[in-house]
Amino acid sequence: MKFNLTINGKPQDVDVEPETPLLWVLRDEIGLTGTKYGCGIARCGACTIHVDGQAAKACQIQASAAVGKKITTIEGLSADSSHPVQQAWVEIGVPQCGYCQSGQIMSASALLAKRKNPTDAEIEAAMADNLCRCGTYQRIMQAIRLASSKIQQA
Amino acid sequence: MNEIISKKNLSRRSFIQASAAVGGGLMLGFHMPDALAATISPKAQSTTTAPGTEINAWLVIDKDNTVTIRIPHTEMGQGGLTSVAMLVAEELNVDWSKIRTEWADANRHLRNNKEYKVMSTHGSQLVRLQHPHLMGAGAGARERLKQAAATAWGVDRAQVEAKLGVLTAGNRTATYGEFAEAAAKVTLDKEPEISIDPAKWWLLGKPTQRLDIPNKVNGSAQYAMDTRVPGMVYAAVKASPVPWGTLKSYNFDAIKSLPGIIAAVPLKAVPGKRGQPDLQDAVAVVATSWYRAKTALDLLPIEWDFGDSAKTSSAQYYEEGRKLMDQKGLVSGKEDPQTAEIIATSKKVVTATYERPFEAHARMEPVNATVWVQDDRVDVWSPTQDQSAPITIVADQLGVDPKNVYVHTIFLGGGFGGNGGGGTGVTRQAAEISKQLKKPVKVVWTREEDLAQTKQRPLSVAKLTASIGDDGLPTALFTRAMWASLDGMNQIGGATSDYGIYNIPYKVPHRQHERHNFKTHIPSSTHRAPGANQMGFMAESFVDEMAIAGGWNPLDWRLKMTEGLDDFQLVFQTLKDKAGFRTDLPKGQGMGIAMVESHGTIAAACATVNVSRRGRLEIEKILVVLDAGRVINPLAATEQCEGSVCWELSHAWTGGLDLENGRFVNTNFDSYNLLRIDQNPHVETIFASSGGKKFGGLGEPAGPPAPPAVANAIFYATGKRIRSTPFRQHDLSWT
Ligand code: FES
Ligand code: FES
Repeated sequence: MKFNLTINGKPQDVDVEPETPLLWVLRDEIGLTGTKYGCGIARCGACTIHVDGQAAKACQIQASAAVGKKITTIEGLSADSSHPVQQAWVEIGVPQCGYCQSGQIMSASALLAKRKNPTDAEIEAAMADNLCRCGTYQRIMQAIRLASSKIQQA
Repeated sequence: MNEIISKKNLSRRSFIQASAAVGGGLMLGFHMPDALAATISPKAQSTTTAPGTEINAWLVIDKDNTVTIRIPHTEMGQGGLTSVAMLVAEELNVDWSKIRTEWADANRHLRNNKEYKVMSTHGSQLVRLQHPHLMGAGAGARERLKQAAATAWGVDRAQVEAKLGVLTAGNRTATYGEFAEAAAKVTLDKEPEISIDPAKWWLLGKPTQRLDIPNKVNGSAQYAMDTRVPGMVYAAVKASPVPWGTLKSYNFDAIKSLPGIIAAVPLKAVPGKRGQPDLQDAVAVVATSWYRAKTALDLLPIEWDFGDSAKTSSAQYYEEGRKLMDQKGLVSGKEDPQTAEIIATSKKVVTATYERPFEAHARMEPVNATVWVQDDRVDVWSPTQDQSAPITIVADQLGVDPKNVYVHTIFLGGGFGGNGGGGTGVTRQAAEISKQLKKPVKVVWTREEDLAQTKQRPLSVAKLTASIGDDGLPTALFTRAMWASLDGMNQIGGATSDYGIYNIPYKVPHRQHERHNFKTHIPSSTHRAPGANQMGFMAESFVDEMAIAGGWNPLDWRLKMTEGLDDFQLVFQTLKDKAGFRTDLPKGQGMGIAMVESHGTIAAACATVNVSRRGRLEIEKILVVLDAGRVINPLAATEQCEGSVCWELSHAWTGGLDLENGRFVNTNFDSYNLLRIDQNPHVETIFASSGGKKFGGLGEPAGPPAPPAVANAIFYATGKRIRSTPFRQHDLSWT
């Protein structure tokens, strides 16, 4: 079935079964491989994207349900890695293997869009679904605090 | 048909400049033309991509003084890419901002008789064991540049200074770029010595931002999982849920008319071959997209013959393990018959049995491989810790000349000691399917397949017994350990079933250590810090049991029992100075310590925990003190220590794979629910470096002491001694 989706501000035609998870549409049909598969059951957060500005798990969204929504992936978060969360991630040196990091960054940036200055408990709650097997959590906490101060100063 | 990333995209993304745009003041980038170009259209990977003159296999110098360093190792988050570049650049003596990196060519390595010496990346060996030839490559190039300038200027090589990319003799100067071509032709009588004295280093030892980080914040880092080649089809695979079961039949007709389905391909194990990357019986469903393949595979009726393995379970293995604790096993180290006699006649004896379950690597990048078999060549994209390994595996599977197999290096989404997903049968699966269908194929395992079928850390049991003398110190220590390893393997990596126990450094006058290997059908492999991770917990928890039974403070006990071992003393003394370890905290709070030596590094940890009356555990802090001799990049090393602690606590606190009816039952992150951000302790890392000739590893050793330190802290907080993992299964409540 043919759909027209809006991804990173651009219209995209895709032809898939309507129930195909957006994750696989992004990765295999459109070629935006920054969004990752980790579990397929909403328990790892590697596939986190923004749907109308809210963090959402692309493995749980059917392609047909994405029509008319504003979809943002890691590739569209900024044109040049200039989003304060991306900057903070580089400065603190968060990523190790990096595989989970698109999802981490998308969750963190959605949180900071809602709450400029979140408490540690709010950060932990917002990031608890994002699994990182390399164990970068400590630096994720630091980087979110740094990004928060960047956003407040801006 | 899938869209392919456009050429325009390619050129934009293949020269990623981690420039001022990302704000970190980073001026250098990770250049990966081959990885990305290859993702678009495979071609012979060559080492002529970098502009300039190749001085040796590791480095190319361009006229504008850019130095390209070729990375023969895997970057899986451990900072290996940056470490290699630093080791070469230290000796070459070149401005760090002039460095670019690219992956070394595994096919060239093979053709030129292991030109890069070693392309595998494991055992925390990159710095520890590969530094001589990596630093040697930089030193050899530097001396050749000096010789080329000396000849041109009519002076002695000794009179030429090479510093930060500039050659100087008297009032003459030139850049490395100017003499690169001449240097490539220089033959030296003998290769120069490398400098391992940290006092003389100008780059090594300085905290250095990892070069791969900028690619990992914008989705541009490419993993094997992200491979896309023209005409590629996708496969989802199911092997026998009880490993090594036999495929009896399947009914392709039931799914054949589903959208996009191309084929079902049966895969067969080779009798007698149950090693690391061997095939199991499996069925692959191939389709035009992976989601279609996976959906159809879920619906495919398959019949298996599980054989006797279906009768096994974790509970049964523990029972067998406990029985083995009363039977003589293989002796590790030397036999000391007095050990048992002393214990038998001692007034005071401590004894305890410890148990730990199977654990999975659970790399975030699931197991996958892409292979394209063509008439004259085979291209492979594999998530591997050894770039040269897929060449041999694929050549063997297909019966082709290894020289015609090309591996395209990409980033690895987690290694953790199991050789990445490429260490499983997936690469053979992809090779076989591509050969049969004559198309490039990407095989991806679901997370469920990944957890059920990757190679696990063995389930293990150990019984430790000690006699305590009048001074409260042990007079004899007797241990027996068992693990359930594939077909009873005696050794996995460097570890045996009692590694982490038999090699404890404590000076107990009489020791005897025995081990058993129990046969299982579950594939076994190395895991981050093999042996030290699993059995280190048992040994170091028992050390506290011995110390406390003898009335000793556990930290003073460890200091006493390592008297005369200077590097252990340094680590324990530093821990004592920094950790504020105490045993008199109010109930519900506790501190615990532990120490495990692995990969040439001594690592001690102090854990601070809080346990609520109802038994809710919070691990507040882990302080780690390490002696790795020397540390070449303290920043990456610290990150590795933080990660290793989280890794071990994941298993010890929240992990545990459960085997029932011969198969694993908790195979996704809902039921194998590993450590999350709200559980992660604050980790503080201190390097107490003894120097000398020691080059210890740092990718793994900080992890093993964390779980026993936590268990020892829980004892002080609650009075409860934890003798099995995961901790989450224990009732920690107290009154
Ligand atoms: S893949 Fe979507 S949450 Fe794991
Ligand atoms: S950085 Fe490797 S899984 Fe998070």
